[in-house]
Amino acid sequence: MSTYNAPLKDMQFAIAEFAGLDGITALPGCSEVNADLVEAVLTEAGKFAQGVLDPLNRSGDKQGAQWRDGVVTAPAGFKEAYAQFAEAGWNSLGGSVDHGGQGLPHSIALPLQEMWNSANMAFCLCPMLTTGVQEALVHHGSADLVKTYMPKLVSGEWTGTMNLTEPQAGSDLSAVRTRAVPEGDHYRIQGTKIFITWGEHDMTGNIVHLVLARLPDAPEGVKGISMFVVPKFMLNADGSPGARNDIRCVSIEHKLGIHGSPTCVLAYGDKGGATGYLVGEANRGLEYMFTMMNHARLGVGMEGVAIAERAYQHALEYAKTRVQGRAIGQRSGDRVTIIHHPDVRRMLLTMRAQTEAMRALGYYAAGTLDRAKRHADAQQRAGHQSRLDLLTPVVKGWCTELAVEIASLGVQVHGGMGFIEETGAAQYLRDARITTIYEGTTGIQANDLIGRKVGAEKGATALALIAEMRALDAPLLAAGETFTAMRASFTQAVDGLEAATLWLVDHYRQEPEAAAAVAVPYLKLFGTVAGGWLMARAALIARERLNETDADRAFLEGKLATTRFYLEHLLPQAGALAQTVTRGAASTLALDVAAF
Amino acid sequence: MKVLVTVKRVIDPYVKVRVKSDGSGVETANVKMAMNPFCEIAIEQAVRMKEAGVVTEIVAVSIGAPQCQETLRTAMAMGADRGILVETGTTDMQPLAVAKLVKAIIDKEQPRLVIMGKQAIDDDANQTGQMVSALLGWPQSAFTSAITVNGDTADVTREIDGGLEKLTIKLPAVITTDLRLNEPRYVTLPNIMKAKKKPLETLKPETLGVDVTPRLKTLKVEEPPKRSAGVKVADVKELVAKLRNEARVI
Repeated sequence: MSTYNAPLKDMQFAIAEFAGLDGITALPGCSEVNADLVEAVLTEAGKFAQGVLDPLNRSGDKQGAQWRDGVVTAPAGFKEAYAQFAEAGWNSLGGSVDHGGQGLPHSIALPLQEMWNSANMAFCLCPMLTTGVQEALVHHGSADLVKTYMPKLVSGEWTGTMNLTEPQAGSDLSAVRTRAVPEGDHYRIQGTKIFITWGEHDMTGNIVHLVLARLPDAPEGVKGISMFVVPKFMLNADGSPGARNDIRCVSIEHKLGIHGSPTCVLAYGDKGGATGYLVGEANRGLEYMFTMMNHARLGVGMEGVAIAERAYQHALEYAKTRVQGRAIGQRSGDRVTIIHHPDVRRMLLTMRAQTEAMRALGYYAAGTLDRAKRHADAQQRAGHQSRLDLLTPVVKGWCTELAVEIASLGVQVHGGMGFIEETGAAQYLRDARITTIYEGTTGIQANDLIGRKVGAEKGATALALIAEMRALDAPLLAAGETFTAMRASFTQAVDGLEAATLWLVDHYRQEPEAAAAVAVPYLKLFGTVAGGWLMARAALIARERLNETDADRAFLEGKLATTRFYLEHLLPQAGALAQTVTRGAASTLALDVAAF
Repeated sequence: MKVLVTVKRVIDPYVKVRVKSDGSGVETANVKMAMNPFCEIAIEQAVRMKEAGVVTEIVAVSIGAPQCQETLRTAMAMGADRGILVETGTTDMQPLAVAKLVKAIIDKEQPRLVIMGKQAIDDDANQTGQMVSALLGWPQSAFTSAITVNGDTADVTREIDGGLEKLTIKLPAVITTDLRLNEPRYVTLPNIMKAKKKPLETLKPETLGVDVTPRLKTLKVEEPPKRSAGVKVADVKELVAKLRNEARVI
């Protein structure tokens, strides 16, 4: 069984180069954020992830969260680990300074989320959702709600949940039926919510649910949904948890993965109605939910990076210790560890190169988010916001789809042992599997990408990014012969992305069905090429740094190797994906529904 | 009571140490570094004593390259109040030179107690604490697994061959920590942020009047020999013969 080791060097590299640390330091409120701080925070967080969260990953998966008569118990050790997590202040990292948080930027928060998820994804879903609730409250909640709940959510004394889904309302939230009836200064909430992550547990003294529900006079559809705060325990006059609110956890789900995290069915108002408080204005709940959903989507993308990294570390350790067969071409002599076999190396490099590319894109998005939120200049903020909007579905969809493939490769490296649960590789595959589904499936992400992000603005933001990618051609050419193959592959990939983008711009209005039929291939193409762009940049940076006297040769040469592998071995997939986008729509729709 | 704690920057215990190709030492360039685990225990002890109201100020001292600042920041994030770095030109710092520098700082700072790791996991010399005590003429308690301060004395438990030794020593004294003294805490995020603002003073050996020229010369550093495969013996007689004639252990 391997131990999680936070990949500090690659994380610091990606923060510095792709989140763009110098630019982050220059943002208002970020003057303390520099390389020293990043190193200190990452190092200490890495110790915590390794020493406290990682050891509970396997046991949490085996034992799972337990339900008994409405009471949910977290797996052994989780409660203590959560207390330690909150006490160490990790929960308050991104929280605003006004409410006791450290106010650190996403360029640090997202890499830390990667660490927590690598170490123990089931555990860290709980703090992740708490962050989401904070965000909704801080942006849309009344001063009273903020004062009552924010400090406890920032410190982690209480946790938060998101209640969107109902049995008949999954991806389509217009079908939400939960009712909210006004009663004095509050509302009575009645209905059933499902798939509520960490919706009930024994780790903290209270749980703050954010619930989507309809007012009696609400219009039909998505424009009639409001958002409410519904605490598990009502608050006494002094703010401490008092009587139990009318919420019951009816059951928890039996799932493929993330067993340590209870996925709850919550019944609101069995005894007449749970007490809830309106967040912001009536009928604007879905809009509010989306402001934080976009951050949550980046977070789930990071879960993909995290699981991929963990699966790689696990497979690597096995490949370095498992002795099997002789080196190819040798008929006698010692048997070798399987990492000597070229195909095992291909699998490991595929895992590593893709993970590095995903990390690069994820941190790039985090840096863009910081600029969109904090930049002093409004025009700059708007520019970064549109690029972030474009990249969010790509980070979410592409990183999670690849994570499933990478975790699957991790099982493959182990051979037969990978199929055996005790080996531990299977858990990463099972845990990864949810990431392409929740917070909007890959299909939903792709529709968002081709519709709201590319189609609606005639590809303006996408084409501007593509133009920026093309600017890398000159330095790649100047880098000389060793970069020739990489440059050729890169040029073809960017050509493909441009052609596919123009095809979508042309067809999105007239043939929306055709565009939707190739939306996911387009999303994968976008991710593959954007990842390739950042990997090519990384290659050029590594090449230049190797000339410095105190260069970290092992790291930089490793970076040159993974970037080259990505560009020459993986990026050519872009060509095929581009063809699928521009030629593949008709065949997808050729077989009539009735003919299936 | 003021406490002085020394902290050494060493190769991270989880990193596989590699010998330099020219045999002159081990590779430290671009290798992940960390605080020596025994020094972490020393800081933790001081912080616990401060939390218990026994200690009023904790001064952390490190000696070596400018990067030792990071180690001092970690000590301050754990709870030390300020840091002193003695920046040396050479990386070949040997125990006696270190002990003399520590003594010079003790003369300046006048702590009532000095807590040091019993040894550093890089050179494993296990000498500096004892040398500091001898240079000062102060009592020492090496390999300590429990400390209780009672006014002008401290009751200590030492881990010795074959058991535990309980002693009472007069203060001021030098104590070196063993593994079981405590389990160091995880650093908290707010304390990392606070540590950035705590004072850190940098000194040079010359200003302290200490000559740090190495007195020992390293001839060669090499990896331990690889363990070779075992052999099967036919019977007890052959085993005894091998133990007697080849291994020479009986």
